[in-house]
Amino acid sequence: MDVAYYPGCVAKGGAPELYRSVKLILEPLGIRPTELFDAACTGAGVLTERNPLLADALNGRTFAMAERKGMPIMTICSTCTGTMLACNARLQDGGYRARVNELLAPEKYEYQGGTAIKHLLWMLVEDVGLERVGGLVRRPLEGLRVAPFYGCYLVRPSALVDEGRPDRERYLERLIETLGGQAVEYEGARKCCGFPVITMNRTNGLKMTGRNIADAKEHGADIMVTPCPLCHLNLDGQQEEAARALGVPLGVPILHLPQLIGLAFGFTPSQLGMSHHLVRPGAVLARYAQAV
Amino acid sequence: MDVTLSVQRHNPDANPATWWQDYTVTVPDHATVLDALLAVRDEQDESLTVRCSCRSHICGSCVMRIDGRSALGCKTKVAEALRRGGAEGRVRVQPAGNMAVLKDLAVDLEGFFGKVRAVQPWLQPVGPEPEREYLVPNEAMLRVRDAMACILCGACVSACNSLEVDDRFLGPAALAKAWRFTEDPRDGHDRDRLEFLSSVPGGIWDCTHCFACVEVCPKDVKPMERIIELRRRAMDAGFTDNNGARHSQAFRDTIAHSGWLDETKVAVRSVRGPDELLDWVGVGARSFLRGKVPLRHKAIPGALRVTAIVSAAERTAAGSARGGAAAGAAPHGAPGHGPGSGGGSGA
Ligand code: SF4
Ligand code: SF4
Ligand code: FES
Repeated sequence: MDVAYYPGCVAKGGAPELYRSVKLILEPLGIRPTELFDAACTGAGVLTERNPLLADALNGRTFAMAERKGMPIMTICSTCTGTMLACNARLQDGGYRARVNELLAPEKYEYQGGTAIKHLLWMLVEDVGLERVGGLVRRPLEGLRVAPFYGCYLVRPSALVDEGRPDRERYLERLIETLGGQAVEYEGARKCCGFPVITMNRTNGLKMTGRNIADAKEHGADIMVTPCPLCHLNLDGQQEEAARALGVPLGVPILHLPQLIGLAFGFTPSQLGMSHHLVRPGAVLARYAQAV
Repeated sequence: MDVTLSVQRHNPDANPATWWQDYTVTVPDHATVLDALLAVRDEQDESLTVRCSCRSHICGSCVMRIDGRSALGCKTKVAEALRRGGAEGRVRVQPAGNMAVLKDLAVDLEGFFGKVRAVQPWLQPVGPEPEREYLVPNEAMLRVRDAMACILCGACVSACNSLEVDDRFLGPAALAKAWRFTEDPRDGHDRDRLEFLSSVPGGIWDCTHCFACVEVCPKDVKPMERIIELRRRAMDAGFTDNNGARHSQAFRDTIAHSGWLDETKVAVRSVRGPDELLDWVGVGARSFLRGKVPLRHKAIPGALRVTAIVSAAERTAAGSARGGAAAGAAPHGAPGHGPGSGGGSGA
């Protein structure tokens, strides 16, 4: 299937390993991406908070680009997804959309309201199908206990996220099992990673990060997986600080969703850019590779 | 219908430990979780403490966690809980979160009401009193009506992710109340309220945007969206000497400049000064060594267009807003005012 690919800022900035892994896995999955190189940042909710019209205009511009191509937008970030879904809901109001379109007119964009927005995770389950994903597994993640970490905006608010599919809050578990791994059940899976307050209240942000990792670890996780690179910035990038803020040892490697899929498809950790991680997945993966 | 309730019990006066106790009861198909708990208390175990009064989601007494989700016991049907949770005809019931347990499902609400009181939830008009009642335009009250529907049940507080790590946070219910008074045309103290809310420890900038309060509120108050509006109004009113407002400004500036986010710049510009920046040196250095700090931030091809949109949207917002607030930019009647609302399908 053809998709308008919106990688988001972090995949092109602080998480180059994510961008690289997505590239590797899309082809075998039969997803043909056309990257929206000229799309702006979604504003991550921060712009919406400041000036909703501005956020809606920038996202409306992106939606119009995809609409022109006749493709759904594929995101790889929970925060981008949530921000876009909220903007798109507001842009269903015709009168308001006309005001936004006025701002886009100089560039000759006009959004009609018809672009679908889907996270890669949703596409895998709903469009590609887990059966096909399972068929591509070369090295099942057998024996690997993987804790899913969704990122708030893939599960809340359900009024926006569900779109008639309340089981979306179990997709990661289902995918992990399709890849041969064992999904860890723990309360933190759908909680906040703490990233949104990390520059405003660093201690609180780090405590949230640390509590979720500790929770996953207590429930037996070898690694965690997240479909949100902002969560990754905290869970991986600041895990050391989070452990200190909480006063407990952590040391749980955090994979981006496409990296976990890539591993099961037979790509190597270095192909998947894992040398960029701050918590090195090497030891855990070596243990699992030996077990296979 | 038979249901097994696994109830997390606690009697801190007698025993510091909590324990789980299972009760199986027969209830009618339309029974709520509260009905089932009351049946247990009547028929099997009168030591089980449950708080309730109206049994029809009006009084706000019966908040609890049902299969981990904060909710009113009297608004959650047993059948619905079984369908959702589904583990072998069993429903897990715990006391509300983020509040101390007094006994079983009764929690201490002192802190909760203390925070509501802290935002001074009463009208404080200025100027001479009118001869008769205060006259208010209908639209102004329609705007605050949803927030006025709050029944102070504490479900939002029970679910709040920020409160889990910081007890000082005023929390969703109190902040939604505060919003309601800053929006009321009869109140004359918006500025003082906004100043207090943006500077007090645990104020508006400590919300972590987790949407938990929006998700669980039985009255659709959407506390997080009120907090978002409070932040916007506080910034517009000039209360910008805080990391939240600095972060917002830095975010806007990098997008206006290159079309997308320059994470390093945003991080550096969001903190108060060199002392706070020190906290970031460790993670900055480690990220740099692992190739996670881009050396160059290249603008998107249409960056100039984005800059133009930013200016135009800001002009419109400033022109159409009440008191210069950008809040006027999106129509209040439009579906989903605020980032979270709107039940519309994105597809
Ligand atoms: S959105 Fe904010 S106020 Fe609401 S539950 Fe999350 S942290 Fe608390
Ligand atoms: S905002 Fe909603 S959940 Fe929170 S106390 Fe009020 S009614 Fe209850
Ligand atoms: S008993 Fe009154 S709200 Fe449930």
